[in-house]
Amino acid sequence: MALVQVHNLTVYFGGLRAVHDFNVVIEPGQIRGLIGPNGAGKTTVFNLITGIHQPTEGTITLDGKSVVGLQPYQIAAMGIARTFQNLRLWRHMTAIEHVKMARYSQLSYGLVGAFFGTSKRVREEAETEAIAMRLMDMMGIGRLANEVVTNLPYGVQRKVEMARALAASPKLLLLDEPTAGMNPEELREMVQVIRQIRDRLGLAIFLIEHRMKVVMDLCEIIQTLDFGEVIAEGMPEEIQNNPKVIDAYLGKEVVI
Amino acid sequence: MPIERAGLTTRRVGPVRLLAKMRDAFAQVPLLGWLLGALAAVIVERFAGYPLALDVGMSEMPALFGLENVFGQPALIPGTILYVLLIYLLPLGIVAWLSSWPANWLAKQLLRFPQRISLLIHLALLYAVLSQWASLGDYRVLLLKFTLIAIIVTLSLNVVNGFMGEFSCSHPGFMALGAYAASVVTVLCFVHNKILGAPLLPHAPGLLIFPLSLMVGGLVAAFGALFVAIPSFRTRGDYLAIISLAFTFIVKSLIENLEIVGGARGFMGQPDFASLPAVFVVAALSVLTINNFVRSTLGKALNAVRDDETAANAMTVNTRRTKMTAFLFSAFWAGVAGGLFAHVIRYVNPGSFGILKLSEVLAMVYLGGLNSVVGSIVGAVGLNVLMEALRPLEILKWIVIPVLLILVMIFRPTGLVAFREFKVEEMLKPKMKPPER
Repeated sequence: MALVQVHNLTVYFGGLRAVHDFNVVIEPGQIRGLIGPNGAGKTTVFNLITGIHQPTEGTITLDGKSVVGLQPYQIAAMGIARTFQNLRLWRHMTAIEHVKMARYSQLSYGLVGAFFGTSKRVREEAETEAIAMRLMDMMGIGRLANEVVTNLPYGVQRKVEMARALAASPKLLLLDEPTAGMNPEELREMVQVIRQIRDRLGLAIFLIEHRMKVVMDLCEIIQTLDFGEVIAEGMPEEIQNNPKVIDAYLGKEVVI
Repeated sequence: MPIERAGLTTRRVGPVRLLAKMRDAFAQVPLLGWLLGALAAVIVERFAGYPLALDVGMSEMPALFGLENVFGQPALIPGTILYVLLIYLLPLGIVAWLSSWPANWLAKQLLRFPQRISLLIHLALLYAVLSQWASLGDYRVLLLKFTLIAIIVTLSLNVVNGFMGEFSCSHPGFMALGAYAASVVTVLCFVHNKILGAPLLPHAPGLLIFPLSLMVGGLVAAFGALFVAIPSFRTRGDYLAIISLAFTFIVKSLIENLEIVGGARGFMGQPDFASLPAVFVVAALSVLTINNFVRSTLGKALNAVRDDETAANAMTVNTRRTKMTAFLFSAFWAGVAGGLFAHVIRYVNPGSFGILKLSEVLAMVYLGGLNSVVGSIVGAVGLNVLMEALRPLEILKWIVIPVLLILVMIFRPTGLVAFREFKVEEMLKPKMKPPER
């Protein structure tokens, strides 16, 4: 059965139709891409799936359960985690605190534990720390765990954000331009990391990306969005050669 | 180590080297050693303080480490310095230095037990020091109680203004609610009051009822906080500041018009329950629970909400519940502090919970440092001591303190010790192994 099914998703912001009749079916373990020119509505699709915006029409189901109308934290706890296009880190917190925070919904020690430091709290905090540390090691940033994030280089901040999303134990990971602003070396590394995440954790990944090389390398299926509508869908090669896509997106500026 | 004597005998070493050596020696003293040193100092003061104070020209022992003489009687400054050196610094230094080995050994042994036991021993020692110091004058007792209460209020406000990054002005209102609620409980139970009638209980179980009354004070304050939190946490921004300011004024005028608790004349006759140990225990409890809370992942969620609420929400944090809980928790402690305050001065009137109180508490929070438990303690103690030390300046005090605050804001915009975790377990650790040179 499909992991996530999005059907007939439409949203209006006032008179502006930002997304129209968007459909996607994501299978477990799949890497899917979403491309399109600036302002095409890609991030809006992510915001709709994660509950930040409410769709005007359409359904979104995760494992057969509808998530429309739920609060973002509920959807995240059900198994859809995301990263943001412009990093959204908590600037006074350390890297490991970020990763631990995404385990919030799994903590069960409650207020009594928080106020009085019960043994249950000590145990759960230690478990959470171990999980966070493992994820950070997997991303190769374990030794920077106790640094405040604003002191870290950009590429590392991206990885912190990704580790944080992974700590929520998602079934579907939404990556919003994971390589934005990265140099070629960081880019190669990030492609490897993304593939590694999928292989090791077996989760589905849905990513927005501007760099064609990354999308073509990683994705099994790509959708192209223009003015809120899907204009093409298919394998990387098909998309690359689709005249509509070239018109809407690739043709305007040469992107490697 | 005796500073001047060591300086004389080892002159060849040079003062810089000597200072470095002293720093190394004292760096190995664990908290336990410092507490023992402080205890020695206050015991020395008990026996030698009064004669020495007379010898150096003071009419009595300096109440505030001689700070009050700096502006009050400048002629006495040399004598005061001598007094502070002989009575406080010398015993503190010698005992801390001598006890560094046994104290380290003891601290190491304590590591085998649960941390709670070690904590209790440290707190007991701290209490011994404070009560010894305070036992030498009623003024000191009162100052100490007010400072401890200030610590509770400052910490509780820091939870909202620092850790959560909202701006609340409602803490005087919460204190007023707590003060009146706790007072009503104790007066109702133990005192013959014109309006509330004869005492309901014999005087004996007072020590049991007092914590209960503080609890009631805290809960009433937390209930009041609901009226601020529900409308203002729907959005972020300045709403909380405005609504909470209104709340403080509403509470004040509400109490002014409630004849049953004395109206604007105030409410008096609280039984004398707020002894120093009681205030100390409550303050310690508040510091520990608040520190526990803000260091847990549940409490760190406050920082996440402050720095980026959208991201927090997307990372499974129930932001609304987090904000509500923290706000009510904060209000609870402000209410408890109000209850203590009422029982320390044994008289409350609504006028003392107005804008002046608010600015005092805000000053303590921002002086000490946002997002920091240590900062709140530093701010509360610092401002209280400063206010007392500057008392001789009379009206000029209100120029000096704001100027100091402005300077702090210019040079350290987030406060003196902002954004630092209060790691209790680190403090209790032994500090072994001198760095070999």
